[in-house]
Amino acid sequence: MTATLFFVQALNGLQFGLILFLIAAGLTLVFGVMDFINLAHGVQYMVGAYLVAAFSAWTGSFGWALLLALPSALVFGLLLEVLIFRHLYDRDHLDQVLATFGVILFLNQGVKFVWGAAPLSVSVPELLSGSVEIANGLLYPVYRLAIIAAGLLIAALLYVLVNHTRVGMLVRAGASNASMVSALGVNIQRLFMVVFGFGAMLAGFAGAMVAPILSVEPGMGDNILILAFVVIVIGGIGSIRGAFLAALLIGLVDTVGRSFAPNLLRLVLDPAAASQTGRAIAPMLIYIFMAAVLFFRPSGLFPVKR
Amino acid sequence: MTEIAETPSAPAPSLTTRLEIVPVVLFTAFAAAPLLAAYSGAEGYVLSLLTRVMIFGIAAMALDLILGYGALVSFGHAAFLGLGGYAVGILASHGFEDALVQIPIALAASAAFAFVTGAISLRTKGVYFIMITLAFGQMLYFLATSLAPYGGDDGMTLASRSLIAGSAWLKNDFTFYWICLLCLLGAYALSRSIVVSRFGRVLRGTRENAVRMEAIGFRPFRFQLAAYVISGIMAGLAGCLLANQAEFISPSFMTWQRSGELIFMVVLGGLGSLHGAIIGAAAFLLLEEFLPEILHMASFFLAEETRAHLAENWKMVFGPLLILIVLFARGGIMGLLRRPHHG
Repeated sequence: MTATLFFVQALNGLQFGLILFLIAAGLTLVFGVMDFINLAHGVQYMVGAYLVAAFSAWTGSFGWALLLALPSALVFGLLLEVLIFRHLYDRDHLDQVLATFGVILFLNQGVKFVWGAAPLSVSVPELLSGSVEIANGLLYPVYRLAIIAAGLLIAALLYVLVNHTRVGMLVRAGASNASMVSALGVNIQRLFMVVFGFGAMLAGFAGAMVAPILSVEPGMGDNILILAFVVIVIGGIGSIRGAFLAALLIGLVDTVGRSFAPNLLRLVLDPAAASQTGRAIAPMLIYIFMAAVLFFRPSGLFPVKR
Repeated sequence: MTEIAETPSAPAPSLTTRLEIVPVVLFTAFAAAPLLAAYSGAEGYVLSLLTRVMIFGIAAMALDLILGYGALVSFGHAAFLGLGGYAVGILASHGFEDALVQIPIALAASAAFAFVTGAISLRTKGVYFIMITLAFGQMLYFLATSLAPYGGDDGMTLASRSLIAGSAWLKNDFTFYWICLLCLLGAYALSRSIVVSRFGRVLRGTRENAVRMEAIGFRPFRFQLAAYVISGIMAGLAGCLLANQAEFISPSFMTWQRSGELIFMVVLGGLGSLHGAIIGAAAFLLLEEFLPEILHMASFFLAEETRAHLAENWKMVFGPLLILIVLFARGGIMGLLRRPHHG
């Protein structure tokens, strides 16, 4: 019983970790290449979810909604870049934190303005509804498996893109030394735009994928943004590989920790105290983990060499 | 090197001898306000709003001490508000209702938390520092949400305000106002004396160039940690007062958005002037309070329904305002006040 429960929780953790990775990937690139701290990355995730909700209400099909939402998220990200973020690249981190905080305030209220404060729901696509038996007697929703598959696919795609294409090479070079790349004749402004738009689209994709299993509501990006920051800080800013491993680690630690911390503590404490402390410690686990990582490796597990 | 010539001249040391006009006006205004509030027709409302302004003024000033003078961007300072507040709430629920017991414990807890988290955070630099302070803040936030005996997510209502040496003085809003003003003045005097001292000069030197400070024989880490702890204690005091003012405490005191608001207050007022942080806190809270009404009034030419809608969604104006301030009003409100002297 505990073994199957652990297996299900591990799958949930993997799925959560991959969603985190989709958000963190864009964030770490933007951060690494442009040295730009973008708090508004979380609202791009939220916007992705809202776009899919709106488009699926309009077209009646999740597939079409996803196809429409992705380019819209891309355009939206580029729009933000041109309007606001472009003017912040040469400012210090403090200004960037504040201005993007302003973007959060605006967009959280903005979605309330357009779609109302009540959560929207998106139905799971027909094709991917239902559950499959993954071990004897153990059912798991197909849609969650689809998220895992999509996440792994994107991760593989990103790996090829970053490590084996010319754009990827420029991005990696930019993460190491942006001004040198610029001096070598690369249009760094355009590279920034590409990276930014792509990151926004990935975050939007993550939001779109979770829309059917979570409620789509204002502020849904705020907490996941903090988790994405934890991921990229643990992984080392600018490192896609670090973000991938850290995202899976955080996903697993958080999900498994929440369901097993009380059980583990029961070995040393009496049941009432164990469940009390377990519930208190579980949500703190990842932050304790992050503090520990930074204590021993102040620039993350896979720092980009400068 | 040109760098030195270009460094923005932070408040000149001559401030010690010359009485600055802005803080004098500011504190006089705070002192006169309760007398004038009587004529406003909504005395209780004005008093409680201004009390809130002063409390957040203390917290923002505490942040300015490390942010403006030490360039340490702490994105978890709301945690100290929560620490102070929960210390009051938890002690009160166990029967320790006297501020003379609560406040020392709250301040000690804030100092201990600041010491431990500061010692770890200060090992990192730049963005990593922002993120690790954020992580510690979140840690405390989630701890508070899981404190089931003390209300968990919902928080808890205090039975009454703290007693002082056994008497219920703070029940009176006027007395509470004066106590808060006294705390604000005390915190200001303390911070002012810190930044003009040798300690403060080392801190500012570290802000400009840590390596150079090390080269001339200082250990920046110790100074930064000490400043971080002092700042934490002051913010903890603000937390005690805030819990008393609201007679309520909940995890929402220490969300990361609240930490962001504190940073905004400091930047809005102008970094590195202390009283700028108080002005920033005042501007922020008053804007938050009155922006809906201002929007409603300013849009008199629109239909009533649209006007109500606009007022309801005031945050859609507040957010872009924040962005515009960051983009165009560098130096904050103090920067605007100071400019004529330079020109």
